[in-house]
Amino acid sequence: MRGPARLAVTMVAIVLALVAQVSVLPRMGWPDAGTGVVPGLVLLVVVATGLAQDTRFATLVGFFAGLLLDLAPPADHVAGRWALALGVVGYVVGRLSHDFQSGPGATGRRPGLGVALAAAAGGSFVGNSVFALTGVVLADPATEFGVLLGTVLMAVAMDTLAALLVVPAMFWVTGRVAAMGSTDAGRVTPRPPARRMVL
Amino acid sequence: MTLDTMPPRRPDRIIDGTDAPGPAAGPERRLTPQQRRPGRGLPSRSLVATLVLAAVTLMVVDRAGGDASPVDPVRRVVGEVLGPAEAAVDTVLGPVLDLTGALRTNDSLREEVAELEHRNTALEQQLAKAGYDDARLAELDGLRAMAGDTGYALLPARVIAVGSAQSFSNTVTIDAGATSGLHPDMTVVNDAGLVGRVTSVTAHTATVLLIVDRESTVGGRVGDNAELGFVHGRGAPGEDGTLDLELLDEAVQPRAGQTVLTWGSEGGSPYVAGVPIGRVTRVFESVRDTSYRAVLEPVVDFTALDLVGVVVPSGTEDRVIEADGSLRGASGEGSAR
Repeated sequence: MRGPARLAVTMVAIVLALVAQVSVLPRMGWPDAGTGVVPGLVLLVVVATGLAQDTRFATLVGFFAGLLLDLAPPADHVAGRWALALGVVGYVVGRLSHDFQSGPGATGRRPGLGVALAAAAGGSFVGNSVFALTGVVLADPATEFGVLLGTVLMAVAMDTLAALLVVPAMFWVTGRVAAMGSTDAGRVTPRPPARRMVL
Repeated sequence: MTLDTMPPRRPDRIIDGTDAPGPAAGPERRLTPQQRRPGRGLPSRSLVATLVLAAVTLMVVDRAGGDASPVDPVRRVVGEVLGPAEAAVDTVLGPVLDLTGALRTNDSLREEVAELEHRNTALEQQLAKAGYDDARLAELDGLRAMAGDTGYALLPARVIAVGSAQSFSNTVTIDAGATSGLHPDMTVVNDAGLVGRVTSVTAHTATVLLIVDRESTVGGRVGDNAELGFVHGRGAPGEDGTLDLELLDEAVQPRAGQTVLTWGSEGGSPYVAGVPIGRVTRVFESVRDTSYRAVLEPVVDFTALDLVGVVVPSGTEDRVIEADGSLRGASGEGSAR
């Protein structure tokens, strides 16, 4: 999948994830011990993009998804913090996953569930940490490190759980859209079928 | 496999050599024009630098801008678009989502009913001797009206989105905005007490900073001895969501069980006077400062916020609950105080 279709699917996914993250999840009654941490759906969409698409696209998607998260209500923190954090997540996840997948044993470009979960946990830790640390640097809300660490770890746990659902769902949707546009894509790139089908 | 995969590789290189926007084709290919083979589709260094610098610039601009930040108009535009979406999702899915909460809290509700029945008996007893207090209250109310300080009119609104704790701030979005006459620095209450203040508005939504947020400071007055102090949020909305009270007069020692109310700002902005904030639960003595720090338990349950009221000037043109308890306007959303 490439071009406008890929962009449109990712944009829709991010807006849906954002609305679900602020309007639906807080009311689901998660067993979060009253901390208010909810799964970061937008972050998971960025992680899925990093796993399935190229790194450049994932970095850009991360940056703009973060920007949206910074600006959409009820955000009240300094704008640009999530943009930086999610941009880093897109870059790191994309880079690492492609490094691994292009090893000699790699056969497909959809990573397995184990890799997806590891990427979600790692991406979540990186993203939430970068966000928290920019907060420390800017003294945006002046917070102690203990609280930061607790919240980040809680968020990582939540994100990893939610990744079981969100990342495969993203793969499925992008796969379906790619399949729908494959007749068109075949005209642009006649190469992929040649290699895959014989294999 | 090598036999199958090798032939297409050569055309790849030739085609890709002429194909300038190579990275976009990235994920499909095992081999790409990128010189670093494993990192196909990598963003160029200048792009990464641009994005990082953009983020940092944005932070600096927003931070330095303070209250008149140039990011605010952008924030507002995004809010105008996404606010209605959030409200729509909340309206459609709200009843279903509340169901999970209802199931989860069944046990605790049973306990609560037992406890409330017990308290009800006690309160009924108390009511018997309330006549005297009523008379005094009526007198005070009359006095207040005489002084021109008409009670507060409330605009009912519902919480439609909650900021996640990952952002380390405690904010919610409510479904009333500039078209209902809201503007920043208005007090938000619910039936129990003080919720927070409006920090920004769009046409149909407003963002509320809760008093448990670390950035929140409210002027507070201890109910029974009128001592003034400041109430700071500690950043946790849940069961350990407590507030700190520092009294101005360092010699006065707060006692557990005392109620703290808002002290009120000039013109009722951002906080009007006389709204309950919380109850003193513990008191610490700071030896170094020779002062006392009290921990307040807020009267509002911030994990279960739904219907709130925004304090608006009396006579605002919308659905408003006036100070005398009468409801004006189109939709009767129930009493908020």
